[in-house]
Amino acid sequence: MTAAVSQHDPKASAALAGHRENDTAAPLMEIRNLYKRFSLSGDFLEQLKFKGGKLVREQEHVHAINGIDIDIRRGEALCVVGESGCGKSTVARTVMGLLSPSQGEIHYDGQRVDHLSAKELLPYRRRMQMIFQNPYASLNPRMTIQQTLEEPIRLHHPDWSKERVRDQVRDVMDSVGIDPDWGSRFGHEFSGGQRQRIAIARALAVDPEFIVADEPISALDVSIQAQVLNLMMEAQQKRNLTYLFITHDLAVVEHFGTRVAVMYLGMVCEIAPTGTLFAKPRHPYTQALLSAIPRLEDDRPQHIRLQGEVPTPVNLPSGCVFHGRCPHANERCRQEVPALIDVEDGARVACHGVEEGRL
Amino acid sequence: MRENAMSDTIVPGRWARFRDSYLLYSFKRDLVAQVSLVLFAMLIFAAVFAPWLAPANPYDLAQIDIMASELPPFWIDGADPQYLMGTDAQGRDLLSTILYGLRVSLIIGFGAVLMQAAIGVSFGLMAGYLGGRVDAFLMRLADIQLSFSTLMVAIIVGALVKAIFGGATFSEYAVPLLVLIIGLAEWPQYARTVRASVLAERSKEYVDAARVMGLKSRRIMFRHILPNTLSPIFVISTVQVANAIISEAALSFLGLGMPETHPSLGSLIKSGFDYIQSGSWWITLIPGAVLVILVLVINLLGDWLRDVLNPRLYKG
Repeated sequence: MTAAVSQHDPKASAALAGHRENDTAAPLMEIRNLYKRFSLSGDFLEQLKFKGGKLVREQEHVHAINGIDIDIRRGEALCVVGESGCGKSTVARTVMGLLSPSQGEIHYDGQRVDHLSAKELLPYRRRMQMIFQNPYASLNPRMTIQQTLEEPIRLHHPDWSKERVRDQVRDVMDSVGIDPDWGSRFGHEFSGGQRQRIAIARALAVDPEFIVADEPISALDVSIQAQVLNLMMEAQQKRNLTYLFITHDLAVVEHFGTRVAVMYLGMVCEIAPTGTLFAKPRHPYTQALLSAIPRLEDDRPQHIRLQGEVPTPVNLPSGCVFHGRCPHANERCRQEVPALIDVEDGARVACHGVEEGRL
Repeated sequence: MRENAMSDTIVPGRWARFRDSYLLYSFKRDLVAQVSLVLFAMLIFAAVFAPWLAPANPYDLAQIDIMASELPPFWIDGADPQYLMGTDAQGRDLLSTILYGLRVSLIIGFGAVLMQAAIGVSFGLMAGYLGGRVDAFLMRLADIQLSFSTLMVAIIVGALVKAIFGGATFSEYAVPLLVLIIGLAEWPQYARTVRASVLAERSKEYVDAARVMGLKSRRIMFRHILPNTLSPIFVISTVQVANAIISEAALSFLGLGMPETHPSLGSLIKSGFDYIQSGSWWITLIPGAVLVILVLVINLLGDWLRDVLNPRLYKG
């Protein structure tokens, strides 16, 4: 996370990872020191400004992602949680190549993929797919379901016969619980839950191994959310999928996630196995976040009220991005950016307080 | 589409979907649209079948009788029943000339719009979808193009062609030249409209889904985005057809368009204009009335289409 960590050589990083995870299997996806900035200042002419009688060039950026390191292991469901605007969706879109990173690297199955051309990326496109948030916008309104589902198969298997493509579409529609005879209908003839099933079918149509799901159930009716979630878990078991699951719903995380990464203002504050994180949150922000889950039991202490607002990602605070709202912040927190450090039970926390044993 | 669409297993075909559509429903309740469509269809029919409908061939010099020039239409004394709408100054049957002229006007109108659409839609798609420098370049090009009026472009191109190849060549290739001139002069209308719709569509998730799939930009633009921007394209097409016909008439009236041996409605109006003071008003006014009706009818249809396809009013 800090400059010190980001600048160390890859060998040390690999050794660290091996030590940390105690398993020999390489992670399916590695996100290394990823940054993403969006310019707010427009083109070159709009950046020129008069300041104190001088012509200066000013550029402002939204710092959506500020150096994150995440490994996604094969077969797991890594959930990314955080409040609105913390960069969760930007991570998902950058990982899928919809946005190009400002800095940092993305490795898939050992290969660096973030700088590949569209053509070189094509074999990876078949292996990694995405499910979107809004099922009302993610299906092309002018295409039938059959056309929508056939398109990725035809693209990635140009040598398949018509019958084989059709069979594959039938199989995948069956597997998400959509009647294959409905193929000639349009997306707008279906309900939100059914559309999201179709969107999942489109992602599964090319038999991927890695799926990025960007808040796939938050636009759905509560009664449908569980169905779609179960469908995704079923698909994970049957097809041995790996998920990167973006959500803000902590109940879903507890049910679905193998590991959880908590994000705040474009940084990962804590990443831990789901059970560990919920049983023993270490980062002050995670503690505040978890205490906000409404529970039936009444014997818990009052939930933690954070002071103030999330700072703007245009002017990042110095040091730890959370220091302005953290009840335990000291001078070091205001100066130095905390790195993710290993603590027990496979958890990693970016907090000076935890490192110093204050918390 | 409908609430019960899920329960029955019969999938509605294209025709059934059209029969149930809001488009047809609103057409059935709009008298102006119905009358406009009937008139428009009649004019198109008359233009397409002009060689069979017209009593004489105005291009055939052997059929023209200079002695029969400036005869009035049938309801005025001194008319020859052979010439229903009278004759023009050269003795051509006015009805036949109008039918052939309508044909020329419509060919130029539709041809120019096809050309505008071809250039404008591809530029608009590229500008909107690719963005950045491509967008800036194409839109500045559109701005520059819009700063020349159609007439100015036509005068320059017409003068150049006449100077280089001679007036005879210009007359021979007048139709494709006018299509080219009007097509080139007005493509920015399409490009801007399409770009605006593309910008709205591009941010929708189905475009992201197509990109994640690995589809090529061209396929995403033409297969995914273009079909969803068709409504505004249809609406401006109707307006642009009317505009192109008017532009052609204006050019012909100024002597920069169709030659009088091969007249469009505009050049017919011009050729009769010299005789309006001498009492032969019909040579100008009858083709003028046909032109007005044609353009009015197209504009009324465009208005209706705009109302129907307006997403804010649309309740499909």
